[in-house]
Amino acid sequence: MNNHLIEIQGLTKIYGMDEATVHALAGVNMSVDKNEFVAIMGHSGSGKSTLMNILGCLDHPTSGTYIFDGRDVSQLSKNDLADVRNQKLGFIFQSFNLLPRLSALANVMLPMLYNMDEDVSNEESKGRAIAALEAVGLGDRLHHHPNQLSGGQQQRVAIARALVNNPPLILADEPTGNLDSKSSVEIMDILHKLHQNGATIIMVTHEPDIAEHAERVICVKDGVILSDGRNGNNPCLNKRSL
Amino acid sequence: MKFKKILRTAWEGLMLNKVRSFLTTLGVIIGVASVIVMLSVSAGTEAAIAEQINALGANLIIVAPMRGVPGAGRTMMIDDAYAIRDQVVGIEGISAEQGPAAQTVKGNGVTLETISVIGTTASFPSIRDYAVASGAYFDESEDERKAKVAVLGAGIAKDLFGETSPLGQTITVGSVKLTVIGVMESKGMVSDVDYDGRVYLPINLVFQKFMTEMPIGGDRVRTIYVKASNHEAIPSILTQITALMIDRHDVSPSQPDFTVQTQQDIIATQEATTAAFRDLLAWVAGVSLLVGGIGIMNIMLVSVTERTREIGLRQALGARQSDVLLQFLLEAIILSLVGGLVGVASGVGGSYLFGMFGKMQTAIVPGSIPLAFGAAAVVGIFFGYYPATQAAKLDPIEALRRE
Repeated sequence: MNNHLIEIQGLTKIYGMDEATVHALAGVNMSVDKNEFVAIMGHSGSGKSTLMNILGCLDHPTSGTYIFDGRDVSQLSKNDLADVRNQKLGFIFQSFNLLPRLSALANVMLPMLYNMDEDVSNEESKGRAIAALEAVGLGDRLHHHPNQLSGGQQQRVAIARALVNNPPLILADEPTGNLDSKSSVEIMDILHKLHQNGATIIMVTHEPDIAEHAERVICVKDGVILSDGRNGNNPCLNKRSL
Repeated sequence: MKFKKILRTAWEGLMLNKVRSFLTTLGVIIGVASVIVMLSVSAGTEAAIAEQINALGANLIIVAPMRGVPGAGRTMMIDDAYAIRDQVVGIEGISAEQGPAAQTVKGNGVTLETISVIGTTASFPSIRDYAVASGAYFDESEDERKAKVAVLGAGIAKDLFGETSPLGQTITVGSVKLTVIGVMESKGMVSDVDYDGRVYLPINLVFQKFMTEMPIGGDRVRTIYVKASNHEAIPSILTQITALMIDRHDVSPSQPDFTVQTQQDIIATQEATTAAFRDLLAWVAGVSLLVGGIGIMNIMLVSVTERTREIGLRQALGARQSDVLLQFLLEAIILSLVGGLVGVASGVGGSYLFGMFGKMQTAIVPGSIPLAFGAAAVVGIFFGYYPATQAAKLDPIEALRRE
């Protein structure tokens, strides 16, 4: 057929039952190729979080198909979705979501704990985690705990964690939402670098100047894609008031 | 391999909160330890009782009037004892006993009130495994001719004569003057009977001098002890004695006026009493183990709530439901197993200390260790399962959103 990394057709997500239903997604079609850097924008309530959850294999769509890396994942079982998240997805969250009691190194090693495909030895996962932390410039902070790191550094640990299983797709949900502008620049630089090295990144944001870092901006409103591409008429980029 | 990693994760999770983990296991520790201590205390009590009863003499069969049957006390005669001695096969001997009312005993200028006086046959020391320490017991001919002799319990001898030898001295029991010919070895209290505080007389003398005023009169006996020549002979002897006594007393086999018991029967009767006590203790201990388990469940539920975000994150990173379930179940199981181990150690140690410093005899029941430890493991799985399923059921999206 084609070699899109992501191929979405007629995706809907309906919450609630009977009269109280909410159409969070009302028929979304989109595709993402390998090595694209895509920003998804939209107001709160636009459906972008729902879309992100489905893209991240955290949720099932009500209908439609979602082909990810050559496999229809729209109706997979919870266990299969967990395996997809483990091997094919790297998550970066707005609030970092590091485990506060664990060192940076132990946090980055977490995804390898649940790796079903390869039986990674403790030594090997340690080596990989160190490499990932070095890649984000934290080679000298391996044994620091999250509360000993700045916000930007914590987010870099989270990026290292997203990279450590070598996933084909990185999903970043408001990666700079909790950071000052200097740290935001740092994080975006790292994402750029990853992109240049061949990573595919989908990033949700509501900040136009962050979205401008992406090659392509998808604007979501009322559960449908309002515009896709990169031009001055993108409604999400223009409406700076929100 | 994955199991090992999750096991390590569970262990690290517990180590991050050492005080809480310790306090949580405390309930199980106390529960397991008390199961072991309680069972060892009651086993020790049972052993002490059995020991005492066996100290009455080995392979004994006890024939006595049936309690509660009117007139039964009048029917058991010394001749019954002789008949058993002469006709029952497989016995080593018999000893008949009769005890009149307590008497005043005087000797060496000392007066002792209300002393038990027991009339026995000459075979008493050998049948009852109760040796003479100095002098001699009266023999059969002394018994038959109602010789005015007495053998003193060790305590009486000391009370009357102190350190000097009572042998050959004269004492007065009631109004009868007697010559002391022997002193028994010290035996102490057995089943509430103070063997050292009694005076032993020939049974025929007792019949003549002390029983005549009793309304039942003459040569009735209170108890006949029959010593089997070996343990295997006991069932046959029981049958023979029963048949003989039914015949002699002319009673219906369904309503005998006598009882025939072995020491084992008596031990079993005593054990039935202590068994109820033991079961009660075991239940109390078991309940405390249960409470310990509820403590684990409580803390695990708190832990799941506190760590909702962590669970959501682990799910996002690819943890399957079963991985989360296993992690939290293992935490609960580790808590209860560690609690079980420490509990076994403190239960065993506590039992020794009880035995050493307490008034109670203790004997650790070997089975109680796997029992208590196994119960702790079951408690961990049982009470850990619900919180673990709560953790596994969490929706990753919801869990990540939680503060």
